[in-house]
Amino acid sequence: MRIKPRLVDKIVRLFFNFQAFFTVGILVVIVAVIFFKGAPHISLGFIFSSPEDMGRHGGIFSTIIGTVLLVLLSIFLATPLGVGTAIFLTEYTKESIFTKFIRFGVESLAGIPSILYGLFGFIFFVIKLKMGWSVLSGMLTITIMILPTIIRTSEEAIKAVPRNLRIVSYSLSATRWETVKKVVIPSAVPGILTGIMLSVGRAVGETAAVIFTMGSSLRLPTSLMDSSRTMAVHFYILAREGISMEKAYATALVLVMSILIINIIAYYLMNKMISKYS
Amino acid sequence: MDIKIKVEKLSISFGKNKVLKEIDVDVYRHMVTGFMGPAGSGKSTLISILNRMIEFEDNVSIEGKVIINGIDIINGDIDSVKLRRQIGTVFAVPTPLPRSVYENIAYGPKLKGIRDKEEIYAIVKESLKKAFLWDEMKERLETSALKLSGGQQQRLCLARTLALKPEIILLDEPCSGLDPISTAKIEDALSELKKEYTIILVSNNTKQIARITDYSAFFYLGDLVEYGPTERVFTYPSEKKTEDYISGKFG
Repeated sequence: MRIKPRLVDKIVRLFFNFQAFFTVGILVVIVAVIFFKGAPHISLGFIFSSPEDMGRHGGIFSTIIGTVLLVLLSIFLATPLGVGTAIFLTEYTKESIFTKFIRFGVESLAGIPSILYGLFGFIFFVIKLKMGWSVLSGMLTITIMILPTIIRTSEEAIKAVPRNLRIVSYSLSATRWETVKKVVIPSAVPGILTGIMLSVGRAVGETAAVIFTMGSSLRLPTSLMDSSRTMAVHFYILAREGISMEKAYATALVLVMSILIINIIAYYLMNKMISKYS
Repeated sequence: MDIKIKVEKLSISFGKNKVLKEIDVDVYRHMVTGFMGPAGSGKSTLISILNRMIEFEDNVSIEGKVIINGIDIINGDIDSVKLRRQIGTVFAVPTPLPRSVYENIAYGPKLKGIRDKEEIYAIVKESLKKAFLWDEMKERLETSALKLSGGQQQRLCLARTLALKPEIILLDEPCSGLDPISTAKIEDALSELKKEYTIILVSNNTKQIARITDYSAFFYLGDLVEYGPTERVFTYPSEKKTEDYISGKFG
């Protein structure tokens, strides 16, 4: 017997609906668990005071600072490098073995597990360059780790800018750089920003690569040469060493909330930028 | 009559594909010259030589001369950026930049290094007026150019080209995607503009060529079949091919 196309359509729709709800559902469950376990232990004091007794008491202020420092510095370093590479690959070179090689390298780097970046950072920055466990070693390592993501997403975003816009810009007597600066990059900003957001997420949540290179000191970092601890590392250590599950969940909640807030702000800015001229 | 552009024995190939074969054309100052011919006749390629946009294509070989204002722009030492300030282009598909109406028109003047806001405003206003768009746009200078209708967008592109204060304007099938009313507005603007500019209009629409050009050239498969005053070409074409094309037997 032939199944009616309309029935198939209904089943398929149901199936996809289920998948969508399932995906969102998992996210909701995770956030809910963290929220209910962490929320009772969160207070202003928790956020603004430093950890005591390995994190068993006190707050997480120094780890918040550690996270912010690490993420901001890495992003500030990786964004110009990554976007610059993407511009070079798309606007300043013709497709050749050389660009294919770079692209292949970038893609391979994107697939490497973060622990390997950690090991590399440890051997190269911490030991060889004698930077020690420090914010500096950490940020350099994380920069290298997130670079492939930023390059790839920026490249896609730049490639998606219609060729016509470039041609028009040239015909109005713009040079290559003027065209890149005034037409290509502004049009690609939403896509580039997506890549940066993905990278922020990776950097915020990273543990392995950070422990190896930035260490896990609970003191407030006062220079780039100080060791420091991020919230993710703090959560990992609290939970693994069984120091305090309450504090661990509270840390996780702060972590999740800050990622959510960063995402909301980024998407708000992005929509504002997109809707401005369309 | 002054010759503004002199094309001498120009041949162009993309790889092994010859798209223009030893073309000779003189384009006269302050006239509208029409290039017509079916798709693949080489007329748009000729345009892309004149503004040197052809440098963005791969595998091109060019022979011959194109002399503009006494300088050979093919073999001479030419700065493309400066050349494109003399020779403005309007493309077939209206392509506003994703910015406001005002910023679209100010794009060229700003690249030229003009910083004075009042000067730029004056250029924007003058250019919009010349493109017959000022009355519709004077209240909407800050809106996104992407929100305009297709016809308005194409006139905006014309205004944007005029803002460069060029001597020559190239229009590559500017009305191919437009409705008759928008087309008429562009044509009206062009007949005014020829008093100040030398205009080259590429079109596949023979009626349009007959309506607004002073001289017309008929291209077919890379050859220049016929060239002369439009009235003569359309009333007494000297080639059978031209007659067949303008009477609609092919094309």
